[in-house]
Parts: sequence; C-alpha cells; structure tokens
Amino acid sequence: MRHENIEINAALMIVLILVVISIGGLVEIVPLFYINKTIEKVEGVRPYTALELRGRDIYIREGCYLCHSQMIRPFRDEWLRYGHYSLAAESRYDHPFQWGSKRTGPDLARVGGKYSSAWHVQHLNAPRSVVPESIMPNYSWLLQNDLYYKDVGDRMRALRVTGVPYSATQAEYEANVKTFGKDIADKLDIGAAEQNLLEQAKTGNYDGNPNKLTEMDALVAYLQVLGTMVDFNKYNAGYFAEFR
Amino acid sequence: MAQSVTLPSEQQYNYEVIRKFTIMAVVWGVIGMCVGLYIALELAFPHLNLDLPWLTFGRLRPVHTTLVIFGFGGSVLFATSYYVVQRTCQARLAFPLLAEFTFWGWTAGVGLGALSYMAGITQGREYAEFEWPLDIAITLVWVSYLSIYVATLLRRNQPHIYVANWFYLAFILTVAILHIFNNLAVPVSLTKSYSLFSGVQDAMTQWWYGHNAVGFFLTAAFLGMMYYFVPKQAGRPIYSYRLSIIHFWALIFLYMWAGGHHLHWTALPDWVSTLSATFSILLLLPSWGGMINGIMTLSGAWDKLRSDPIMLFLITSLSFYGMSTFEGPLMSLKSVNALSHYTDWTIGHVHSGALGWVALVSFGSIYHLFPRLFNTRLYSQTLIYVHFWLATIGIVLYITAMWVAGIGQGLMLRGFDQYGNLAYTFTETVEFLHTPYVWRAIGGAFFVVGVFVMVYNLVMTLVAARREEAALQAKLAAKLARA
Repeated sequence: MRHENIEINAALMIVLILVVISIGGLVEIVPLFYINKTIEKVEGVRPYTALELRGRDIYIREGCYLCHSQMIRPFRDEWLRYGHYSLAAESRYDHPFQWGSKRTGPDLARVGGKYSSAWHVQHLNAPRSVVPESIMPNYSWLLQNDLYYKDVGDRMRALRVTGVPYSATQAEYEANVKTFGKDIADKLDIGAAEQNLLEQAKTGNYDGNPNKLTEMDALVAYLQVLGTMVDFNKYNAGYFAEFR
Repeated sequence: MAQSVTLPSEQQYNYEVIRKFTIMAVVWGVIGMCVGLYIALELAFPHLNLDLPWLTFGRLRPVHTTLVIFGFGGSVLFATSYYVVQRTCQARLAFPLLAEFTFWGWTAGVGLGALSYMAGITQGREYAEFEWPLDIAITLVWVSYLSIYVATLLRRNQPHIYVANWFYLAFILTVAILHIFNNLAVPVSLTKSYSLFSGVQDAMTQWWYGHNAVGFFLTAAFLGMMYYFVPKQAGRPIYSYRLSIIHFWALIFLYMWAGGHHLHWTALPDWVSTLSATFSILLLLPSWGGMINGIMTLSGAWDKLRSDPIMLFLITSLSFYGMSTFEGPLMSLKSVNALSHYTDWTIGHVHSGALGWVALVSFGSIYHLFPRLFNTRLYSQTLIYVHFWLATIGIVLYITAMWVAGIGQGLMLRGFDQYGNLAYTFTETVEFLHTPYVWRAIGGAFFVVGVFVMVYNLVMTLVAARREEAALQAKLAAKLARA
C-alpha cells in the first residue's frame, strides 16, 4: 500500500494508529492477569487491617513514595541492607502499588519491625534528631492531627470492589477464616472495622500517647507491618526463583 | 477555496484560543519551574520544608511535575497543535466554543490539580496524581480536543495531511487511552479513590502510562511541533519525507513496549522486563531518525545558526533530544539500570529530555509564534540569545550534577569493604549528595532566570505592539479628521 493512501484519509490514519499503539500494551500487560506464575504462591500475605490501611492512606497523602521505594531488588547489597528481595505477592493487596521510582531515602519494603515504634515517632516528628544527615521534612503534624476513621468502612468497601477480601457477608467472612485463620478474618470484617481500628491503636500504642488516637498511630502501624507478612524461613532459597 | 486564501490570517484562522494557551503556557512554565527550583533547594537544605504540610517535598513534587508537564507542556501543545492544524490544513479551527472549553477546562484542571496535591489529595501514581473527579474532567477536555482536531483535519483544503499532524493525532489518541486505563479506580469519596489494579499489574499499567506520557506527551507531540516549526523557521522543506514516514510508525509502535524498563529487577516477571529492554534499545533508531530529519532540514542553511537565535533554540533542542534518546536505551539495559535505578541519574536523564528537548523546542516555537499571533515584532533579539545561553548553561550544570549524584550514589551503595561488608551506610550517601544537590539547584536557577528573561521580552513585545497599534489608530483618526 502506498503511504499516500493513509495521508489523504484521516479515518484510515486513526484506525492504523490505534492498531499500532495497542499491540505493545496488549502483549505485555494482559498476560500478567492470566499467567499463574506472575504472583508467587506464598503464605502469610493478608490485606491491611483498618488502622494499617488508614496509615497507608497517610503515606500516600504525604507523597512518601516520591523518596522511598518499597521494592527490594535481588542484589547482594540490597540483601544486606534491606533483606530478602520483594515478592509480587507482598504487594498483591496494594491499591495502588507503592514500589516507588527513587530512593532519596532508603527502601521501606521491610522496614517493619526493624526499629521500635518510639524510634519511628521521634524520626517522623524530627528526622534530624535521630539521623543528623537526614534531609527528610519534619512531619510534626502527624502527632497533632486526630486520626479520622469514621469512613474506614467505606474505604474497605471500595477496596472490596477491587477484589481485596474484606468481608461484608457471613459467607465472605467464613471464606476468610479458611484462608487466613479466625484472628485475621475478624480484622478483615468491614462491620467491625472501627472497633478493630480503635482496639489495635490502643493495644499497639504506636504514638506513645494512649489517650490520643493520632495520624501517627496509623502511619507507624503501617510502617511496622511492611515486609513482615512472609516468613522466609519456611521456604527453600531457590523456591521463589521459579516465579521470576 | 481560493477566496479564503486572500483573507488576512487573523480572519481566516482562530488565533484567539492559541493566544490564550500561549500565555498560559508561559505562566505555568514560570510557576512550575519556580516550584521545581524550590524543591531542589529543599533537598539541599531540608529546613526549607518549614514544617508546613503543603510545602513539603512530598506534596510539592507532583505540583512541579504537573505544572511543567501538563501546565506548561500541555498548553504549548494545545497552542501549537491548534496553530499547526489550521495552517497546514488551510482551514479554520472547528467548534470554536468547544475550543474555548478546552482552554478553560485544561487550565482549571491543572490549577485545581496542583492545589489538591498541596492539600494532600492524590492518587499516589506518578504523573497521574489527579484524583478521579479531575480525571473525568480532563477526559472531557481531551475528547473535545480530539473532536476539534479531527473535525479540523476533515475541513482541510489540502488533499494530504501534513506530517506534523500525524504526530499530534497519535499523541491525542494515545494519551486518551493511557489516561483512561491508568486511572481506573473505585472512589470512596470525592477526594479519595483506590486504583482498580494492585501490585504487579498496577505497576506495569502505571509505567506503561508513565513511559508513554514521556513517549507521546513529551516526545511524539513535540516532534509534531518540530516538523512544523523547524522547516518554517529555516525556510526549507523537511530533510526526508521517507524518513518521516518510517520514523513515525516505528516510534509510535516501539514506544508502547518500553514501559517495563522502569521496573527492571523488581517483582515484575523477567519476560516483561526483557521485552521492554529490547524494545527500548530498538527505540534508538526512530528517535535518531527523527533527530536527523530535524537537524538535516537545516542543510544548506547552516548560517542561520549564526544569525537566528530561534533556530539556535530549535537545533539545540534536537541535539538534547538525540542525547537523551541515547541515554534512555543505555539506562534500559538491565546491567546499567541496576546501578542507575532509584538514583538521581534518572532525574538527570528526565531533565536532559524535559529541559533540553521539550522546554527548548517550546521556547523556540513560542518565539516563532508570538509575533505572528500578536501581529508585531519581537522586542529584542539579544534577549533571546541571553535566554538561550542561560538555559543551556543551566541544563548542563543540572545534568552533570545529577550524573555525579546518581552514579556516585549507585557506586557507593554497591560498594563492599575487604571483609565483604557494605562499605557505606545509606546515610553516608545522603551526605555525599549534598554538594551535587546544591549544583543542581544552581543549574535550575540559571534556567529559571532564563525564563524570566523570556517573560520580560514577551511582555515588552506586547507593550510595543499595543503602542504601535495606538499610534496607528491615532494616525488614522487624524487622517479621517483632516478628510
């Protein structure tokens, strides 16, 4: 076909452009939803609790992902610095994903349990008081702002629509008991979301002030769970390589 | 229509909406680049975050990217595409009211988006931070844009659709598709939603979008500009018609495969990342084809580089385009990416493209457009030279600082001592980054000062145009009175 035929026909040009630009995405994205090996088969990964979810919302609100990645690569230096490389399974309930693209600060994929909650509070409130060379902003308002949690049920309901197994019916609850065990299934129940949130904040006492439920409570609860869901001792060293 | 050709261009074409977009492009450029400079300084001097939530780096960074990409870049593209489609089709812009709507809709969308990020309302997806109500508003603007563009093409008084329009058309169509699929989300309230996809699929969708925001918004569309303004300013036809055909189809086909190179060594399956790297390397060919086609258009008129500062902007922008489209495939190699990813090398690469290519070709085109839109002459040629050198020095300082920062940090992070322990803590690399961060801010400051020089030049042009117009009116009035 002579190219001139396309140049004189706008409709033909539009159709051809649409065909040409569709191929790459179709070949690279669509199979990711269907190839079973895309996400590793691994135990322990569960949706976030109500409090962790609110913490994650704050993480996104403050744009933490612009300076911190949550994706450890399979290199020796990253292994020593951060731990086991990240699995696709570990972010399967992350809407949106927060892998990041820049490490102005260190990776946070396995920051959970690495520092005490008191350290996190001090560090978020005034980073340079614990790391003098840090260039992170002070997030002093996190300790002052009361955590808004009245809509946490709505948030979980929206995530349920996307496929996160928060339970809204008895049948869904029972399915969760089967998959995650009763303790976790209770925490994924949308009906009990507010109550669960208050309870976790109280027992966890993340911000060090038991009398006040702050945004700091939620954010630290989220940071403390990052990367802790999979027990890597249960798997052979080569197991996850199958899925790459 | 032989009759319409004799009309003055003001009556034949709709310039009003182009004037508005051109002025807003400059306004967004100034604000967006100043925000960029400010956040660069925040990284060098963190006290500048001032403990104010809306002024922190995390909230201002999307403000910067949105204002420069969609505010400045987007307005330049609306202005130039409306200009080019009318001139090359010799037809007046279709649907004038809808065109007004694209201006007000786009401008309001960009402005509200920036304010919403400062308030902490964001989808948390890079370059797609707009929450869902703004996403829908933008979609409406974009569909209007597409219908105006296509309807104008259909009105053309030329049998052929000129090559610049192919690029603009591909850009409008592709951005519509990218925008819609990447922003699929389930809303919680007016200010909060969760993306439909999660984890690895979400990551691939986002970088399919993110990379092609670069490929189509910041490349294909600006190549459309290049295909009109370079030959026009040079007074020569485009170097090779055949090259433009090959380069167009190859570019739009290959770009769509390359997004996965943003996710090398992540939990994305290796087969996608390898495919993406392969296509990223292939992408060098059409990219350089386009660069060669642009630069060689000047063959036989090289002396213009000495006498015409606008030409200097256009040709230098193509040189930076060539450089960053070489650097891009290089960084998409897995072994290079292992070092460069997550570091400032990426930031430097983006800016050699965004400042060197996108901004310089935009400045050149604005200088070309301005006198034609306002029917006057530019106030000062010398100030264009001043702007050119400030911008070029700024870019070189910026990208050099980021090479030092990125490669330096990458090497430090993978360094081991003689016992096999990590040689540096992460904190030590942050300390190392301070000096390059200061130099980057200095480079950015040069660039911003250059933009202010342009603003002064353009404002004085308008003032002079108004004065000439008034003088002419007075003369006419006097003549009439005498008669």
